[in-house]
Amino acid sequence: MDLGALYEEVILDHNRSPRNWGEIPGAKHVDGTNPLCGDRISLSVQVDGDVITDIRFTGEGCAISKASASMMTQAIKGKTRQEAEALFERFHDLVTGRSKETPPDKTLGSLRAFAGVARFPTRVKCATMAWHAMREATGNRP
Amino acid sequence: MTTITERSGAIPARATALDVDRIRADFPILGIRPRGHPLVYLDSAATSQKPRQVIDALRRYYEEENGNIHRGVHYLSELATTRYDETREAVRRFINAASVNEVVFTRNTTEGINLVASSYGQAFVRPGDEIVVSLMEHHSNIVPWQLLAQRSGAAVRAVPVTDIGELDLDAFESMLGPKTRIVALSWVSNSLGTVNPVKRIVEMAHARGIPVLLDGAQAAPHLPIDVQSVGCDFLAFSGHKMLGPTGVGVLYARGDWFDRLPPYQGGGDMIETVTIEKTTYAKAPSKFEAGTPDIGSVAAFRAAIDYLERTGLDAIHRHELALLEEATARVASLPGIRLIGTAPGKAGVLSFTMEGVHPHDIATILDQQGVAIRAGHHCTQPLMARFGCGATARASFYLYNTLDDVAALVAGLEKVREVFA
Repeated sequence: MDLGALYEEVILDHNRSPRNWGEIPGAKHVDGTNPLCGDRISLSVQVDGDVITDIRFTGEGCAISKASASMMTQAIKGKTRQEAEALFERFHDLVTGRSKETPPDKTLGSLRAFAGVARFPTRVKCATMAWHAMREATGNRP
Repeated sequence: MTTITERSGAIPARATALDVDRIRADFPILGIRPRGHPLVYLDSAATSQKPRQVIDALRRYYEEENGNIHRGVHYLSELATTRYDETREAVRRFINAASVNEVVFTRNTTEGINLVASSYGQAFVRPGDEIVVSLMEHHSNIVPWQLLAQRSGAAVRAVPVTDIGELDLDAFESMLGPKTRIVALSWVSNSLGTVNPVKRIVEMAHARGIPVLLDGAQAAPHLPIDVQSVGCDFLAFSGHKMLGPTGVGVLYARGDWFDRLPPYQGGGDMIETVTIEKTTYAKAPSKFEAGTPDIGSVAAFRAAIDYLERTGLDAIHRHELALLEEATARVASLPGIRLIGTAPGKAGVLSFTMEGVHPHDIATILDQQGVAIRAGHHCTQPLMARFGCGATARASFYLYNTLDDVAALVAGLEKVREVFA
């Protein structure tokens, strides 16, 4: 199997230099963890009305979880909660292989780099950990 | 018999007398080709692979010997009972217990520790008492004691670990006091490979009248065990890490400990007589073996013990040390590697981190080349916190591993560097 399919250059880049790294004082905090491996992410999210105006993260984890968190924050910032949820669903389909039969989802933009995760079932959790934390922080997941 | 614990470090880590080619031929799974590569299995600390002799014994049991034990007078019930009891005697001999009545079958190490935490705790642990564990324990030797502490009002204290990954014995000694009810420590650390000086630990605790439970999950597969020499009160270990099937473990309790503890679970086989008002219990070991156990796995476990004894635990340990020495030198020479656990007395476990690359990514890239290692916290989160890393990559060696496996590990790690360049 081609490792490049998993470790796309953009993923390695976000792993090396994560974007939106840090905390937002006074914002809502949610921790995501993967109890299997002990990876954790700390997300702070600022929501004004329905719009996610700012989102940052810290934590430790593998390249997939770190890059996924970094690229998620970029993709989500400025979106409404509903848009964020819709994006999550498309991303989830991508990394679980559910969207395999359909043409590449252009609306995902650079997030399509995570398509290779679908061939590594043990790594799906790494790719979705930050997204689940985001959904909790924005009230999209009870 | 001297245990390896007192000698480890003195054994020269040279190429050994093990006929590894012949051993490998006994393990059918070593012939598979995961992801198109020969299998390089370096995760025996999680579970060992099984020789044909064990697989055959399991099949023979179900094809020719299956019946329930200690019930009925028919041929199969008698045969199954015989097989079950034969394994108990094999375990007794393997750990040099004084009597088969000191050997109880469990599901695994975890269940053995839970049994002691529950039954010993119920009989002897009171509010204000203390239970001593260490920072290097597997979660299975921490959480059962925390549950006991919550139930009983006792406190759990943890022996610190030094920078090279040894127990701080001075601190340990200072923690032992009139409130200490039990000491529960691992014989060999699953994350670090450190072989703890268990005989000395037992002497220090016994000098104060404190019983000692040893978590032997990583010791029984790799070191000669002599419970009478070590003197521990309890020893728990798992069959599946020592060539046996999953579903069978052992709890050893010295002398009359099993008589002094209340039952753990109630049910069939553990009773003498039952009326609705009152039950009298069977003697150990039956007292602690309620319900139908995993008889087939117990029967096949005998073949695993025979295999280890025939090969020789001393020879196995020397072989693993030779692999460990080579792997340690070659992995440590790669850029950005930090070894976690560098005690002089170790079993075949190599834990490390690589700068800028998370252990999961290391494991995924190795896996693509057929190399199976473990990545994560190894169920030792307090220890990971102690060393300031959330996770490590861990390669562990057993009797069927070779220097070629070490070379494949190193080549795999070079590939990791390439991907993450």
